[in-house]
Amino acid sequence: MLKRVHFPSSPLPYLLVAPQLAITLVFFIWPASQAMYQSFLIEDAFGLGSEFVWFENFEVLWEDQHYLDAFWRTAIFSLLVAALSMGFALVLAGFAQRVVRGAMAYRTLLIWPYAVAPVLAGALWVFMFNPTLGIFPYFLDFVGIDWNHYLNGNQAMALVVMAAAWKQVAYNFLFYLAAMQSIPNSVIEAAAIDGAGPGRRFFNIILPLISPTTFFLLVINMVYAFFETFGIIHAVTQGGPGTSTTILVYKVFNDGFVGLDLGGSAAQSVVLMVLVIAMTVVQFRYVERKVEY
Amino acid sequence: MAEIKLTDLTKSYGPTEVLHHVEGEIKDGEFIVIVGPSGCGKSTLLRMVAGLETVTSGEIAIAGRRVNELEPSARDIAMVFQNYALYPHMSVRENMAYGLKIRKLSKAEINKRVEEAADILEIRQYLDRKPRQLSGGQRQRVAMGRAIVRDPQVFLFDEPLSNLDAKLRVQMRLEIRKLQQRLGVTSIYVTHDQVEAMTLGDRLMVLNGGYVEQFGTPIELYDRPASVFVAGFIGSPAMNFIPAMVEGDTMVLSTQAKLPAISSYRGAALLGIRPEHLTPDENGPIAIDVDMVEQLGANTLLHGKLNGSDHEMVASVPGHVSTETGAQHRFSVASELLHLFDPATEKRLEA
Repeated sequence: MLKRVHFPSSPLPYLLVAPQLAITLVFFIWPASQAMYQSFLIEDAFGLGSEFVWFENFEVLWEDQHYLDAFWRTAIFSLLVAALSMGFALVLAGFAQRVVRGAMAYRTLLIWPYAVAPVLAGALWVFMFNPTLGIFPYFLDFVGIDWNHYLNGNQAMALVVMAAAWKQVAYNFLFYLAAMQSIPNSVIEAAAIDGAGPGRRFFNIILPLISPTTFFLLVINMVYAFFETFGIIHAVTQGGPGTSTTILVYKVFNDGFVGLDLGGSAAQSVVLMVLVIAMTVVQFRYVERKVEY
Repeated sequence: MAEIKLTDLTKSYGPTEVLHHVEGEIKDGEFIVIVGPSGCGKSTLLRMVAGLETVTSGEIAIAGRRVNELEPSARDIAMVFQNYALYPHMSVRENMAYGLKIRKLSKAEINKRVEEAADILEIRQYLDRKPRQLSGGQRQRVAMGRAIVRDPQVFLFDEPLSNLDAKLRVQMRLEIRKLQQRLGVTSIYVTHDQVEAMTLGDRLMVLNGGYVEQFGTPIELYDRPASVFVAGFIGSPAMNFIPAMVEGDTMVLSTQAKLPAISSYRGAALLGIRPEHLTPDENGPIAIDVDMVEQLGANTLLHGKLNGSDHEMVASVPGHVSTETGAQHRFSVASELLHLFDPATEKRLEA
């Protein structure tokens, strides 16, 4: 009663949050619940009816060798993407920090790839590495590498990893640069006086001091590789050749919309949802708290 | 152990010259304090000796060896920074051992040196703590420990005490001095605090606007300041300055008060009198209309205006003096305690 006196009820607050709530409901909650519901159903072959089967879809997944393969493939893919893009970003940030003249231009240019849409990024790399037209296969031919990612699964995997990592470098670069700039200059100078050369300073001082950022980026990049690389893979390899670049999120699409196994696809997406929730929890639990050093 | 020689040292950032033709010789084992107001270039000078700033022209030599082109690590120096610059992710022991590890000393030798230094600085019980678990004063000791274990030829201190509270600062000041005397290492110490400079330094280099105003012992600077700047900077409270005209045997102040001439110089001059050299004297030539009194216990500061003018004056009188504001006090000064400066060049006029 008291509350009502102090805060006279008004529709305004509800109106103000309504758009955000509507978006969340329509684009997140409703599809997620639909997926959950659908993962308990099996469609008949002609799509005319469906049967409620509880966890049968999940049991099938667990025994499906293709699915388990895709799991490993995704793990390798995301680790490679995270390692490659973070390693590259780290080196670039290390150099960008030393640049004195034209630093702003240099940094701005390095941020651009982040603004490129995944599908376009993928298309870019497809053209560069096209076995007949691309410039890179032409050069690779000189060193004796016969590039054809339409036939060679490992090359296809390498290509999607490169494309996905390239797009993420800018993001990682920004965070690494900010982390490095927050290290007091005098600490680096003290190390220089102590006799540490640039390499040793980097590994003994800078790297340990930016470890909280590294951990944060690791989680972010894993999430990115798991869920946001669909566009790149669809544009570059469409999961092929064979299934050699079919990662989990691509398999969801493939089984559902190409294979029309809606129940199985929904079950896969529920598994992915659980994964992303787990990663987010890890991130909040450990990233918010500073890594101990 | 080494002497340091600065020859015609200049530093420019682009077209702006911030240090102008600095000269100076520092003897082996000497404790030199570079003192000056903010932005006078004192830290820049120190960082040039450390090798953290490039030399635009001129030469720095340590132990007779030109070091201009050498990396900081090759100069055999150790530096203590204002913000301590400890490695936050390493324990105190690791902080102190880092430079030795890089030099590839044996484990036993490293441990021995670290523990010796820790004993000297009384930080042995903190060896396994991280810097963030230490207080400001303890961090300062660790920073000094890191310098000591290296056993360098030169210590460089960049305002190491300015982040400490007043009491701790006085204590650490004494400790730094004792430590330096005990180790006998040539040291350069940068500060803006003139009391710190006077108490620590064997000799002081007073910098102003990138120029060396004077380089000498604290007593030389106090007794015979080479310029108006040094005269006003060294000593607390600061020296009083009164425009004067020297004619015949008398010095006529702007207020027509007369003092006997102290040198052969004739013409317009700036007369400098230290507040503590003003002696209360009922028949003295200098009259001050007191408008504020500061009781410091041991002595009393009388602030006011020179009678008949707008010149702010301070007199430091021993003991307690109770007075009303507006009261007039008269003082005299021994002629050997007067300082005379050229009003145009602001340089000291010698007898």
